[in-house]
Amino acid sequence: MSGHKSKSDCAIVGSRLRKVDGRAKATGQARFTDDLTFPGMLHGKILRSPHPHARIVSVDTTAAEAMEGVWAVVTGREMPVPYGVIPWTPDETPLCVDRVRYIGDGVAAVAAVDEDTALEALNRIEVEYEELPAYLDPQEALAATGDENSPFIHPPRKEGWNGNITKKVHLDFGDVDGLMESSHVVVEGEYFFQGSTHAPMEPHCAIGLWESDGREAGGLSTAGGWTFPEKPGMGGEPGKHEGNAPSVRGKLTVWSSTQVPHYVHRELSRVLGLDPARVRVVQPPVGGAFGGKSEPFDLEFCVAALSMKTGRPVKILYTREELFYSHRGRHPFHMTYRTGASADGRLRSVDARIVLDGGAYASFGLVTTYYSGQLLTAPYHMPAYRFDSVRSYTNKPACGPKRGHGSVQPRFAFEVQLDKVAEALEMDPVELRRVNFMGENTRTVNELRVTSNGFLECLDAVEEASGWRERWRRLPLGRGLGVAGSCYISGTNYPVYPNEMPQSAVQIQIDRSGRVAVFSGASEIGQGVDSMVAYVAAEELGVPLDYVRVYAGDTDFTPVDLGAYSSRVTFMLGNACLDAARSLRRRVQDAVAEFWACRPRHVMLAGGWALYAPDTERKLPIREAFQLAEAAGGTLGATGWYNTPKDIHGEYRGGTIGASPAYSFTAHVAEVDVDVDTGFVTVVKIWIAHDCGRALNPVLVEGQMEGSAYMGAAEALMEEQIFKSDGQGREGLHNAPSLLDYKLPTSLDTPELESLIVESLDPEGPYGAKEAGEGPLHPSIPAIANAIHDAVGIRMDSLPFSPPRVWRAIQEAGGPGALSKPPAPTRPKQEEVAHATTRR
Amino acid sequence: MLRLPPFQYHRPSQVEEAVELLDRYPGDAMPVAGGTDLIPNMKHRLFTPGHLVALKGISHLHGIRVQGEELTIGACASLTSVAQSREVRTHFPALAEAAGQVAGPQLRNAGTLGGNLCLDTRCTYYNQTEFWRRALGYCLKKDGTVCHVTRVGRKCVAAHSADTPPVLMTLGAQVELVGPSGSRVLPVREFFVADGVWNSRREPDEIVTRVRVPLQPKAFHGSEASGEVSTRVRTGYAKLRQRGAIDFPLLTVAVAVALAPDGTVTWVRGVVTGLGARPRELTGWEEIAVGEPLTPEVVEALAERAGQQCRPLENMIQDPGWRGAMVPVYVRRALGKAVKQGGGGSL
Repeated sequence: MSGHKSKSDCAIVGSRLRKVDGRAKATGQARFTDDLTFPGMLHGKILRSPHPHARIVSVDTTAAEAMEGVWAVVTGREMPVPYGVIPWTPDETPLCVDRVRYIGDGVAAVAAVDEDTALEALNRIEVEYEELPAYLDPQEALAATGDENSPFIHPPRKEGWNGNITKKVHLDFGDVDGLMESSHVVVEGEYFFQGSTHAPMEPHCAIGLWESDGREAGGLSTAGGWTFPEKPGMGGEPGKHEGNAPSVRGKLTVWSSTQVPHYVHRELSRVLGLDPARVRVVQPPVGGAFGGKSEPFDLEFCVAALSMKTGRPVKILYTREELFYSHRGRHPFHMTYRTGASADGRLRSVDARIVLDGGAYASFGLVTTYYSGQLLTAPYHMPAYRFDSVRSYTNKPACGPKRGHGSVQPRFAFEVQLDKVAEALEMDPVELRRVNFMGENTRTVNELRVTSNGFLECLDAVEEASGWRERWRRLPLGRGLGVAGSCYISGTNYPVYPNEMPQSAVQIQIDRSGRVAVFSGASEIGQGVDSMVAYVAAEELGVPLDYVRVYAGDTDFTPVDLGAYSSRVTFMLGNACLDAARSLRRRVQDAVAEFWACRPRHVMLAGGWALYAPDTERKLPIREAFQLAEAAGGTLGATGWYNTPKDIHGEYRGGTIGASPAYSFTAHVAEVDVDVDTGFVTVVKIWIAHDCGRALNPVLVEGQMEGSAYMGAAEALMEEQIFKSDGQGREGLHNAPSLLDYKLPTSLDTPELESLIVESLDPEGPYGAKEAGEGPLHPSIPAIANAIHDAVGIRMDSLPFSPPRVWRAIQEAGGPGALSKPPAPTRPKQEEVAHATTRR
Repeated sequence: MLRLPPFQYHRPSQVEEAVELLDRYPGDAMPVAGGTDLIPNMKHRLFTPGHLVALKGISHLHGIRVQGEELTIGACASLTSVAQSREVRTHFPALAEAAGQVAGPQLRNAGTLGGNLCLDTRCTYYNQTEFWRRALGYCLKKDGTVCHVTRVGRKCVAAHSADTPPVLMTLGAQVELVGPSGSRVLPVREFFVADGVWNSRREPDEIVTRVRVPLQPKAFHGSEASGEVSTRVRTGYAKLRQRGAIDFPLLTVAVAVALAPDGTVTWVRGVVTGLGARPRELTGWEEIAVGEPLTPEVVEALAERAGQQCRPLENMIQDPGWRGAMVPVYVRRALGKAVKQGGGGSL
């Protein structure tokens, strides 16, 4: 492999270490956004629509504004500039302008002296609605014709189109129909993946602070005089400042529980018409995000606007219920798959049709629609593949990215399909996956470049650890094992908005005391990114870990990183930090070499010392080494950055989507116990093997693997973001917007989790590292589905595998007495075939 | 975070003082013990009393002890203390189990037995925020006129969702109440009424002070007069919920059965709850089981009889058909626990 340091050459990387912020978070010392208060701070609340679909006829805020203690009210019409995290689909405004599109859509916001006054003020805002028929079912939305009485949810993108469609993608690779026809076995299945939400511990919270420079309206008055723009401000496309330099002067600071400070920065500037150089976004420690904080939300605009109106800091904290409405969670997918294979189990052709239920707004939906197909093409070799995906708008909270964005759903369907193919061919499903392994340093059928690939080792590891060969198909009725595999991206080669600038960057400054400050643009959301950069800086600069301070999440003093999403941060920020740290290390090595009159490469920096490599008795405290370098070349500071390869992707429309500098690989074996009388499925254990390239800190990698598998198991067994129907009191009303009714596993429901780290040393990853935060979620769900089949012989093709659904499936199969284990394969193992296809 | 409506908090130290406070603010005062039910309900604006009368500071309401022929449990005994009490575990393991299965450890530390008896009924259309209920158009139980579960009925079918009352009912327990006109005692089985809006006979200005469980349940069931000393009473409790903690029951079954030395049933009681506004006492069990040993066939007949009496409604979001089908399953399980129970109260 490439020239990565070996394990024994690393002092810090690869060691089992604490998180740098672990103690503060565990002891309550970390200050989250809601812990911050400012003198004179006001509290805001957002008025939300009680209708799933309605025109706003009028909004009268007079009575609310007249209340004592109310400082300002802002409505959608004051902020009409549409935005969207994907620049091609700007279909939402901070508050609704003339239409509400789901129960919970924001209509107006109030700032008052306290929360109770703000809530009372919401009651006094008069909104007149004209109700419209709601679309709750994506198939019905896609079949709609749209007229004056039953308009589409959004205006059609083009004349004559269906305005209920966000995006359609049809991509075709190889001779799908021909290879399907000539397949020995074709398995066809219909699958449904229920939507789920992120449910982070910390609700969204934002504080806005407008500091006027005294040359414009606003300030300490609610009398209006403030006008927000009707066109996007300067924060739009880089380099495309349309000459309308905003007249607004002053500085806006927004503290927000976000995982994308940069996108919040851009959209605040655009929507509020502010010069982006006069906007600062600060991200305090975040209490979980999982994709649910990866785009701007209504409260960030509202605190900004309300502060601009009042001149006071304004805070808004979501209730738990509001999280279920703001959502942006996993899309429900209706999927049909046809999978053709030859007699030896090799895949020949895969054909997919997918309908995505998107909810009221696009969010990341354009990307989700591509991901629903693009990310399925590894780790198995697929000669032909086609997918036809369409994302529908519906009058429900908008779906978006959740851990494993867009690819968890098809992975569920596909890995169950593989289980069915193996059964049809009387093959061991582990063996079937082995014979289809694509190898490393190759291209997928849709032309994604795959470099390092440790999938076979993952498969071997879970097969061995779970006792698969001895136990699969041989456990008593009710007990079963299932296997599944997957791959995921380590960031995307192409950013959300097109630009040639680095995707990630750091700035490092070294003090003559020995202290190393890393200014990191990336977002710590609990995944350990601040720790990761500290490890890299300490490793390269030879200082003890506690000499490194990481300053992150503030657009005023860190370089841009695009955010904590798509599992990009370790790969990209890690490389950026290596870049900066190594350039500083060279300066230190040069200075010490000059002092010792030796070659720079003989100067080692490690463990708080500069050492002479040929004879380590000769050494200097690292502080003195830094002082030599500072004396020789001036203040020690450096920037480092990383940008993705831009020339590696398929030459077709959409070919850039799914392209990543590296892919992670995972295999799971799940063991379940099915109570045939009640339908309860207990996941006894999940063995998780994950190729993360290299574990920079195995403790954090294991944490991500366990957390992912837990989250997958939760979606498999319990989670349902669903809504009342017309016959249930109120169409479109969330069925369970609380942590009591929306089921997430408690510690008692959590399976035993065993993490098996596989290190394939990626040639381009920092020290060989790839992602670990999202990939390990994918196989949980199909592995559990396949294990249920092994346990009781029934197929669960719809999520969740909750007791009522499993019980009904058992009843349909004839009741508990009619169940039996599926037969074990009679064919010999495919050892030879496996060896023949292994290109490693 | 959801905000509480404003209220004045009173901390009496005597029962009489508490009752006097409730009486002083008619319709505007509520008693509160652990608050694990009332406080979230207030945040949902299901109750907006101007005065809360805290009961936990009244020492008379605490304590679990055997007094003569009965076990008495103070209304403010925490569910944790009930679950862990040596007396309760010795005499009525199913009661300890039921108390120990309420919510989670922190909530059991705060929640009380009296509070569990007085738990408000629950429904998917009711236990929601003010915003949600307004979007719904409210419901019969609170602020509205329509029941969204039955759609036609004028009766509220919100579910009794407490864990301990069904066990107390099988044991012939009694509840002591004190109000402005003095104290009274009611059998727990008569404490509940089939009205989801207010499902108990407790008047708003009354407080529950104690629960009394006879050590010999027979004394409260006049049908058997024999009373041989060797008769053993065994109790069983089975709770259906989706998760291993936190959740309110989707169904609970409490059974108590006395076996003669030859293993034949001398009496049997079963109560099912989590379905309608009032815990349901299962009928027809004695005809099936008394005089018979608890063979699998007898257990099956009891389970089937129970299943016929229960028709869950869509007052919870979980599939009512499944909940109904679980009645016989959980009856079997509760009876299985009762039979296996080694440490059952020996009479």
